[in-house]
Amino acid sequence: MSAAIAMERLEPAPERPPADVGLPLRVATIRRVVPETPDTSTYWLTLADPAERARFRFEPGQFDMLTVPGVGESAISISSDPAHPERLAHTVRAVGRVTRALGALGSGDRIGLRGPFGRPWPMAEAEGGDLLIVAGGLGLAPVRPAIFRAMRARDRYRRVVVLIGARGPEHLLFGGEFDGWGQWMRDRELEVALSVDVPTDDWPYGVGVVTTLFDGARIEPQRTTALVCGPEIMMCFAAHDLVVRGMSPDRIHVCIERNMQCGVRLCGHCQLGPLFVCSDGPVFPFGEVVDHLEAGR
Amino acid sequence: MVPLASCRKAGEPATFLREHRERKSEGTEPVRFMDRPAFGRLLAELARRGYAVIGPTLRGGAIVLDHVEGLEDLPRGLGSRHGPGVYSLLRRDDDRLFGQAPGPDSAKRFLFPPRERLATVSRPGGRLTVDRAADGEPPRYAFVGLRACDLQAVLIQDRVFLGGPYRDEPYEARRDGAFFLAANCTDPGQTCFCTSTGTGPWCRAGFDVAVTEIDGGMVAEVGTAEGREVLDAAGAREASPDEIAASDRAVRQAADRIDRRPDLRGIGEVLYRNAGNPVWDEIAERCLACGNCTAVCPTCFCHDVVDTASITGQEAERSREWASCFSEEFTHVAGGSPIRASGASRYRQWLTHKFASWRDQFGVPGCVGCGRCVTWCPAGIDILEVLAAIRARDGERDHDERHRTAVR
Repeated sequence: MSAAIAMERLEPAPERPPADVGLPLRVATIRRVVPETPDTSTYWLTLADPAERARFRFEPGQFDMLTVPGVGESAISISSDPAHPERLAHTVRAVGRVTRALGALGSGDRIGLRGPFGRPWPMAEAEGGDLLIVAGGLGLAPVRPAIFRAMRARDRYRRVVVLIGARGPEHLLFGGEFDGWGQWMRDRELEVALSVDVPTDDWPYGVGVVTTLFDGARIEPQRTTALVCGPEIMMCFAAHDLVVRGMSPDRIHVCIERNMQCGVRLCGHCQLGPLFVCSDGPVFPFGEVVDHLEAGR
Repeated sequence: MVPLASCRKAGEPATFLREHRERKSEGTEPVRFMDRPAFGRLLAELARRGYAVIGPTLRGGAIVLDHVEGLEDLPRGLGSRHGPGVYSLLRRDDDRLFGQAPGPDSAKRFLFPPRERLATVSRPGGRLTVDRAADGEPPRYAFVGLRACDLQAVLIQDRVFLGGPYRDEPYEARRDGAFFLAANCTDPGQTCFCTSTGTGPWCRAGFDVAVTEIDGGMVAEVGTAEGREVLDAAGAREASPDEIAASDRAVRQAADRIDRRPDLRGIGEVLYRNAGNPVWDEIAERCLACGNCTAVCPTCFCHDVVDTASITGQEAERSREWASCFSEEFTHVAGGSPIRASGASRYRQWLTHKFASWRDQFGVPGCVGCGRCVTWCPAGIDILEVLAAIRARDGERDHDERHRTAVR
């Protein structure tokens, strides 16, 4: 029943102050739903208001709060190219109340969107050196805008290395476009390596956790900035491995997932030590959060 | 600890604390006196000015904060006894109005209500609209009898809701319209420790009028121009030197009676470096994770954002509701287990937030020494004993923590 509400036209009241504390709730239209894996789909959205659509900008690593009216709101990273902020991809795994309700919606349906929120990947800071992007599972979605950004400004970086891990080949995101995407990366001298925990018989790439790709990646720790995104345990292992290889914890960046409800450091749910992950993060230098993560805070 | 009295950050807008000044900042402002009828007239004047007057009143065997019409609604001749998990009222041998320590309520319940609608989605004429929730004018509260600890708690919540990059408009509207008739504390509870947090028993900032109850009436200090107007309207006369001396003596005696003197020096750092201390597990054995402490705490601000659909599906609304970091769902992440799955980790989060990370987030600690979390803990856990235990066993690590360090 609640999903039925979202099927209706959802219009903002004109000329009113923000509808919520923090950024205003905007109306967005689902343009396309692309299934990625058995439980994950990418929702392509456009803001319903043409002026808002033209104004909207985001940085790689930022997230939006997506609302299914009457059901709730969920923090979802933007997974599309920041050079095209007029159409926004959100790659969603249907594991919670809101994300499952989203799964009942399709092209033409309208939902609510607040954003963008949060501290992005340090793309400018990484310029001049090597960029090492390490993604595990659904963690590929939040770093995908960073890959696009690096591709579009390829000459600002030396080597760009993308290491992607997943449970199995069927869990690789963006599979529908993966061959073309990989080719695009190789054409622009991006180095891509894949690994899965559980391969199929015809899997031609690496086997094992994503950190097993480090040895072949010829990492030069002094001039590398790492963007690491995936399950927290994977990020901690990857970051520690990179530290052992000589990287500074301050040049290893991780993307932390917490229960984010307001997005504007008021609701308190996403606290990590003194940090509000929603706005101090979600991207942090590993050195800034390692003590808090390991203390289990 | 940082004295909370100087709660204002450099560069904050002047309206931030509503022109609340340090005590006795206006050397020429006379101290006033009101006998009981004059104090009654003051309450009437606040109502006449359109305020919803909120004060202590007896309900269900406890002193709560609620609407008060006049003197007869205030708790006359009632004292209170407080202990870990213990609260009771007792009859005093006088007819004091503010003769008890604060009850479970604080101004939080009014300025940041337990449940509040933020937005509504409806479809008049078949067209769905998103609308903000504001129903007419925000209430204008006049708080009567807030003690120094609760006044400081308001200033701390100001920092939470108004001091960051995102201003909380619903809070701001209620806060800006509020009037504070504070009361210097003359009868602290046995769980109080405001002298150690630097937050009481004197009201130092954040009031329009601050009174001290003595035999025969109230000695009143002016905090703002509106406070002076209200006192004038009530017919408050200038206080005599004896009355002023009696009021000073009453509050000084209250300060002397607060015998809980925790060592809070460097407590934030102590807590940060003891995340793996076994004391947390020992406390978790007793803690019921009921969330009473977070509900009665006058500064706890965490809340859920909740969407609900009406039974007809024609409307949906977004609300916020007080939440407690003691609940397992608080750190729920879709598709995973809670971040803080153990009771020990949740107790540690609450206390570490109050005394360590709160300070890093907002420049002041989150504890005002009111003792409510001790009084209303059904298990009688005393945070000062927990803090003392952590300090005494500084550096001890539990098994898991040693394991984590080895992995690292």
